[in-house]
Amino acid sequence: MSPVGPRDPAPSRLAYRLQRLMLTPGFRRFLRTGLPCLAVIGTVGILAADQERREAVRLWVDDLKAEIQQRPEFMVKLMAVDGASPVLAETIREVIPVDLPMSSFDLDLPDMQAKVQQLDAVKSAELRVRPGGVLQVSVDERQPVIVWRNAEGLELLDETGHPVMPVRHRQARQDLPLIVGRGADQRVAEARALLDVAAPIDHRIRGLLRVGERRWDVVLDRDQRIALPETEPVQALERVIAMDMAQDLLSRAVTHVDMRNVQRPTVRMADTTATELRRISANQAGATTE
Amino acid sequence: MTDLYQSQRAMRAMRTAAMQRGVIAILDVGTSKIACLVLRFDGPGRTRGNDGIGSLAGQSSFRVIGAATTRARGMRFGEIEAMAETERAIRTAVQAAQKMADVRVDHVIACVAGGDPRSYGLAGETELDGHPVQDADVARVLAACDVPDFGQGREVLHAQPVNFALDHRSGLNDPRGQIGNRLACDMHLLTVNGALIEHLIYCLKRCDLELAGLASGAYVSGISSLVEDEQELGAACIDMGGGATGLSVFMKKHMIYADSVRMGGDHVTSDISKGLQVPLATAERIKTFYGGAVATGMDDREMIEIGGETGDWELDRRTVSRAELIGIMRPRVEEILEEVRSRLDAAGFEHLPSQQIVLTGGGSQIPGLDTLAPKILGQQVRIGRPLRVHGLPQAATGAAFASAVGLCLFAAHPQDEWWDFAIPADRYPARSLKRAVKWFKDNW
Repeated sequence: MSPVGPRDPAPSRLAYRLQRLMLTPGFRRFLRTGLPCLAVIGTVGILAADQERREAVRLWVDDLKAEIQQRPEFMVKLMAVDGASPVLAETIREVIPVDLPMSSFDLDLPDMQAKVQQLDAVKSAELRVRPGGVLQVSVDERQPVIVWRNAEGLELLDETGHPVMPVRHRQARQDLPLIVGRGADQRVAEARALLDVAAPIDHRIRGLLRVGERRWDVVLDRDQRIALPETEPVQALERVIAMDMAQDLLSRAVTHVDMRNVQRPTVRMADTTATELRRISANQAGATTE
Repeated sequence: MTDLYQSQRAMRAMRTAAMQRGVIAILDVGTSKIACLVLRFDGPGRTRGNDGIGSLAGQSSFRVIGAATTRARGMRFGEIEAMAETERAIRTAVQAAQKMADVRVDHVIACVAGGDPRSYGLAGETELDGHPVQDADVARVLAACDVPDFGQGREVLHAQPVNFALDHRSGLNDPRGQIGNRLACDMHLLTVNGALIEHLIYCLKRCDLELAGLASGAYVSGISSLVEDEQELGAACIDMGGGATGLSVFMKKHMIYADSVRMGGDHVTSDISKGLQVPLATAERIKTFYGGAVATGMDDREMIEIGGETGDWELDRRTVSRAELIGIMRPRVEEILEEVRSRLDAAGFEHLPSQQIVLTGGGSQIPGLDTLAPKILGQQVRIGRPLRVHGLPQAATGAAFASAVGLCLFAAHPQDEWWDFAIPADRYPARSLKRAVKWFKDNW
């Protein structure tokens, strides 16, 4: 009844080889790490080979993303503009093209900041999303210091000569001094220095005129003018002011004070005054000759 | 001769490669069992290099990490008879050992017990020009040994220089560095049947294993079973295996003679089987449980159930006394020992200063052998067990594993053999010299 012989205890050649293979360290390492990696990559590859399935996954991911982004925690509901005048604030609101409420993921802050900074009246701007869903726009506004009249019209400039905003009438900003002429905006600092020096005759100054983009004329009322040299105009103006203090130069019948040649200041008198002076001189001469 | 030289050198290179890798297998292909040990070379002795042989005679450099034994199949008289069967047995043993070691082995050192080993004593001498002896001189004197005609189909298994003489001084272990005019050497050459080795290599190849060394079973049993002073003063180790009984004679720590008797424990088993009319498996079991070599009065009364499964009640209920069993075993054991005695006499064993005889191998475990053996072999007989090596499982410490343990020691620290020295230049064929000259011309 028993089988023909006892079971052969020897492993078959295949089993023997297989066992030796399994004892090979490299092969075991491959089984432990390489094979699972291959399986995962293979499965993903096969699944992703189908266009439809890929689309479905992409759609699902997009949906999920949108769902998270649209959560109330990420929504921006308000825009707050700080540090800007009401006019500028209005402009900024016009410039930033967002219709709130909106998800903070959709806001392109660098782009909006660039747009705000492109505005003339804005020196620097800082945008951030504050907790509570507020888009905070902090603006450092340019302060106009001078009015510049040029071919196009009147414009307010800040201390660096950067345009701030145009104005319609001179009367709108009576408080600011006026400069005129092409290239005057390049030399705003110099103009302000001149105006500082001319403080004693402040009430008489109508404005500064840039002549030929190289030198200044100080224009006073009563059609008086002080022509300043190209170099060191401030010192020249100081001398004129000093002469005025000492001899009331500007309150006399003088139309032009020409300081263009610093060594030789020249004064032009009004026509009638000159004739009168010549006559008086002649009379005196006659008297002496008589 | 050059062929053998090359193949043996290749085996040595393989052994070095295996040591580098750190794992090597030991395969003792016997007639009754096949033992496979897996050694890992990672001990402190490993990095010693050529500086001596390391602590504990090189034994500390390795440990046994896998061991397996299986019943041998297809073997007879220590020789491979049915290759497919033997291959399967080797596969079983190697697989189990690998599994225990949890490492794959590619190199194997094997020993052969049978193959009709024959010993030759060779002598050679060469002239020195008064300069210190160098490796090249040793190689020259080894090459000068006149090789006897050992016949067709024989392979050289060992060729060990056992003695050097420089002028009138003999008994030198290592003549290198000494000055003399004439260097002579004695070499022990052991040849076995070439077919046996070819069969073994074929079986190992079929198992995807590379042979990294080959040793005589008698020799490696001697290494493991003889203690140092026995090896030094002269002793014979008798490895009583299943199909063959190997004997090796050691002196001055060198094997000087080896032989084998084509009788062993399997013959005792077959005697019992024939005498008691029982199957071989039953006979083997009875032999190992109740066997003995010397009967006493007590043995007459100890009855052994022989058993059987024929269905015949009378036949299946037979009993024999232990004395009867011993009566069957003893003549065969005596015959084996007498044959060994005659071989030893033929080898001139009685001329050795000490004539210690150590019985080892599975057959040496027969109770009463220590009483029987002195009657035949002389008074200086002891039963030897192999020494303990690191990591060897308890089950593999018995006398039956003497040659497996010896192979471990052999693997850790093989004795210098002829092929460990370079072939002297003048022995190369002229062609290679020409080639060398050409190489020089081409490159300089």
